[in-house]
Amino acid sequence: MTLALIAALPFLGALLPGLLIRAGRTACATVTGSVTALALALLALQAPAVLRGEVVQTRIEWLPSLGLNANFMLDGLGLLFAGLILGIGLLIILYARFYLSKSDPMGVFYTYLMLFQGAMVGIVLSDNILLLLIFWELTSLSSFLLIGYWKHLPEGRQGARMALAVTGSGGLAMIAGMLILGNIAGSYDLSVILTQKVVIQASGWYLPALILILLGAFTKSAQFPFHFWLPHAMAAPTPVSAYLHSATMVKAGIFLMARMWPVLAGTPEWFWIVTSAGLITMVIGAKIAFFKDDLKALLAFSTVSHLGLITMLLGLGTAKAATVAIFHIINHATFKAALFMSAGIVDHEAHTRDLRRLGGLRHLMPVTFTIAGIAALSMAGIPPFNGFLSKEMMLEEAAHTALGPDWLLPVLATIGALFSVAYSFRFLAHGFLGPVRDDYPHKPHDPGFGLWAAPALLATLVVIIGLAPMASAAWLVDAAASAVTGTAQEVHIKHWHGLYSPALWMSIAAVGGGFAMLAAFPRLRAMWDGTPRPEAKAIFDAIVEPLAAGARALTQALHNGSLTRAIAIATIAITATALWAFNSGTHSPGTREMLAITPVTAIAWGLLMFATLGVALIHRNRLLSLILIGIIGLIISLGFAWLSAPDLALTQITVEVVTVVFMLLALNFLPKETPRESSPVRRIRDAVIAIGAGAGIAGLAYAIMTRNFAFPSISAYHLEQSKPGAGGTNAVNTIIVDFRGYDTFGEIIVLGIAALLIYALAEALLKPGPANDALRAMAATRTGLAGDRHPLLMVMATRFILPVAMMIGVFIFLRGHNLPGGGFVAGLVFAIATVMQYMASGLGWTEARQRIDHHALIGAGVLTAAAAGVGSWLFGAPFLASSYTYVHLWPLEEFELATAAIFDLGVFLCVLGAVLLALNSLSRLARRAGETVSADPYSVDRPEGGN
Amino acid sequence: MITYALAFALVCFGLGLILNLWRLILGPTVADRVLALDTMVVNVIAIIVLYGIQTGLGINFEAAMLFAMTGFVGTVAFCKFLLRGSVIE
Repeated sequence: MTLALIAALPFLGALLPGLLIRAGRTACATVTGSVTALALALLALQAPAVLRGEVVQTRIEWLPSLGLNANFMLDGLGLLFAGLILGIGLLIILYARFYLSKSDPMGVFYTYLMLFQGAMVGIVLSDNILLLLIFWELTSLSSFLLIGYWKHLPEGRQGARMALAVTGSGGLAMIAGMLILGNIAGSYDLSVILTQKVVIQASGWYLPALILILLGAFTKSAQFPFHFWLPHAMAAPTPVSAYLHSATMVKAGIFLMARMWPVLAGTPEWFWIVTSAGLITMVIGAKIAFFKDDLKALLAFSTVSHLGLITMLLGLGTAKAATVAIFHIINHATFKAALFMSAGIVDHEAHTRDLRRLGGLRHLMPVTFTIAGIAALSMAGIPPFNGFLSKEMMLEEAAHTALGPDWLLPVLATIGALFSVAYSFRFLAHGFLGPVRDDYPHKPHDPGFGLWAAPALLATLVVIIGLAPMASAAWLVDAAASAVTGTAQEVHIKHWHGLYSPALWMSIAAVGGGFAMLAAFPRLRAMWDGTPRPEAKAIFDAIVEPLAAGARALTQALHNGSLTRAIAIATIAITATALWAFNSGTHSPGTREMLAITPVTAIAWGLLMFATLGVALIHRNRLLSLILIGIIGLIISLGFAWLSAPDLALTQITVEVVTVVFMLLALNFLPKETPRESSPVRRIRDAVIAIGAGAGIAGLAYAIMTRNFAFPSISAYHLEQSKPGAGGTNAVNTIIVDFRGYDTFGEIIVLGIAALLIYALAEALLKPGPANDALRAMAATRTGLAGDRHPLLMVMATRFILPVAMMIGVFIFLRGHNLPGGGFVAGLVFAIATVMQYMASGLGWTEARQRIDHHALIGAGVLTAAAAGVGSWLFGAPFLASSYTYVHLWPLEEFELATAAIFDLGVFLCVLGAVLLALNSLSRLARRAGETVSADPYSVDRPEGGN
Repeated sequence: MITYALAFALVCFGLGLILNLWRLILGPTVADRVLALDTMVVNVIAIIVLYGIQTGLGINFEAAMLFAMTGFVGTVAFCKFLLRGSVIE
């Protein structure tokens, strides 16, 4: 479970900052950091086992039928990456605490950061590739939030969108690739896939899978030609750049290539695609970086270049090259994160990161200069820092590999290293060396300890690894490289490879060339500015804009906001699909016997047809349509009773009554006639669509009713199990409260929410405003009303009916489990009995006698149902499992007690509360519209005078 | 004998429904139409009860009872609407 917990901790931690920001910024940062530290500690506990060569696993079955399991594994590679993510994450949290200004919402920042951290840890710990894909997409989403953190900056928003578009589409490609891979290997578990090298590489689907997966990796790791998004993502706050764009997210693609290395690498396809992409990226990125004036842009392109270097090493396909790649991942994470943080400090203190406006900071910010100096020299590959070690080893590998002509790869690698030296020196020379200037936007000085502590720690690591690589880093490189290659690796890191080593001379050439380039910078700059080159953002926009416009046009055509159009399109599409499906099969006539048509059924059918057509024809007269709808409801209720569905009949009868009252209440605020709005052509068109769809549904219903089911239906199971399984003989009720109790639980919650919404909307209308004015104006137009507001006869009759109706409600509720009835119908009967009082004696009179609030009824209903469900946990049964027993209580006959009855009680209360609250809300509107409530509630003793 | 009586009675109440519909179409006032609908409910109650006797099942009795108890609520609501505008005051 530990691994799942490590992955879950950052997600849980994401909940805290939003709450704790109220306790202050330091408290917020401390708690966020502690969560990360806890995860890091848990990881460290696993480390000894992993370093012994074991693979720690946690397996949780999630959807085993789909091959989707929450399986986690931790090997050397996972340990390295999880350590980087959590360790640097901790430093970033510290750094961000002091970097963000008071006006930045820090709680939001930490929440996003923790979400991202969780997603990254999830990627590197996943054993299941489907789970990995989920985390992969989560990193795209959370990094979108982080890049766009400064919402007020257009560059931030555009950069975030571009990053999401590029990495998101790469993620889509990767999903396809992973599914293919899983299919070839016969499992979605990495631990299985990684053993299937022969099968996978022999498969005809190898190349498509490889290309699709590499698309995902290249977009994420900003490899050529997808490198352009990374510099634009630099609009993010610097802690984000340092975390996502140097140490972690962009390494996710690298991680994936390393993870898949045992099965995908070693083929010519892998070598050509990965090596050349990496090589091109390395050279191009380094070249652009040299000419960038913005400190962060320079570092961004340098990151692109270094990622290219790592990719190239992985592409070579040899175990030795992969080991070097791993070593460089560690080194790059340390010096690049330190550099980003230093750039952030400069920006923070000098209020600019433009190299043309900087210089001389060495004297003003000695601490920052020391940190940045160490890191930049490491980036340039100057001994004795750690960047030098991995660069030497890279050049050594490059010197022994042929890509096309023998000389090509070593030369290009040297050129890449040369540019790398050049931009590193430029970073230092133009930023920190030179004379102190007097035109900084803000007088710079070294920041407080909090801000430079994190980069200083990283710089220390740069020195330690550089001086004593075998003692400080070799064990981790060995563990990770063994995991990548699948065979035990033992790395020997040396400072001195001897005079005959080609790497030495390549390195010397690179350093010399780098100095020369820096010296010639002004002239090179003029040449660079003079040459035209493609602007990535313009190309990207040129591709994305038409796509977005097309999507917008399509959406507008389908969904322009008109309900009529949306329904028409959906109806036509469904009808056409159904017709096509019907025509593409063969059909035989139905075999079931038809029921006889009796005079009553014929008449009822005629009435139904008449009323239905009538509503369509006279729908503009709302009152008459309502009467016709009354006929439809009546016949449908009769039909349910006639066709042996007594439960439905009971429900339909009560629902009809409530509906009529509801409609009439609403009709009070609507014009009695609606004007004719559409043209005749349009009406004919709509009629054709409607008749077509209606005929289709009728045909489908007829076809289904005249045939037997092709497969055994679930009905038989429900009928059989109703008594033994749920303790009731009424299968309809046992389905509602037991078999499908979970659905019912959701439905009553929805019903309650709907009623609360009606209440909220009515409340909004009752507030002073235009709608309220309109309601008041309606009152003035109301004339010629009958005077008798509460007719005596009706008052007496309804009061007499009340106890009778409630008794019937209780009866229907109690018998529901075995005979037609149940909580839903009983709730409606109670509601109708109360509505009668509303209508006869008035709202004021009834409300004065109503002890329980409607809201409370709804809440009590949902809680009761939930309690019935949760109660079964006490007996170790799953949610909503019901049980029942028979009780013999003298002098009563033996009767049954079922927990399902408690659930049904919840349904009852919720229905009652929801119906009454909805009716009540609408009546309140009427009252505000000018109808006075009898101030004196009407009663028999004190009849209402006058009026 | 009861078979014929039931068949006859069912047809009669069916005819009753048609006559209700006739009144509902003719009107002339909304009150006439509401009353026609109310009478339809009465006829449907009769049909349900007769059908229950015909099939020998008591299972639909509650449906008839519920119609009898709540059927008039709709009519009252219509009347209040016509007379006072607002159904609940």
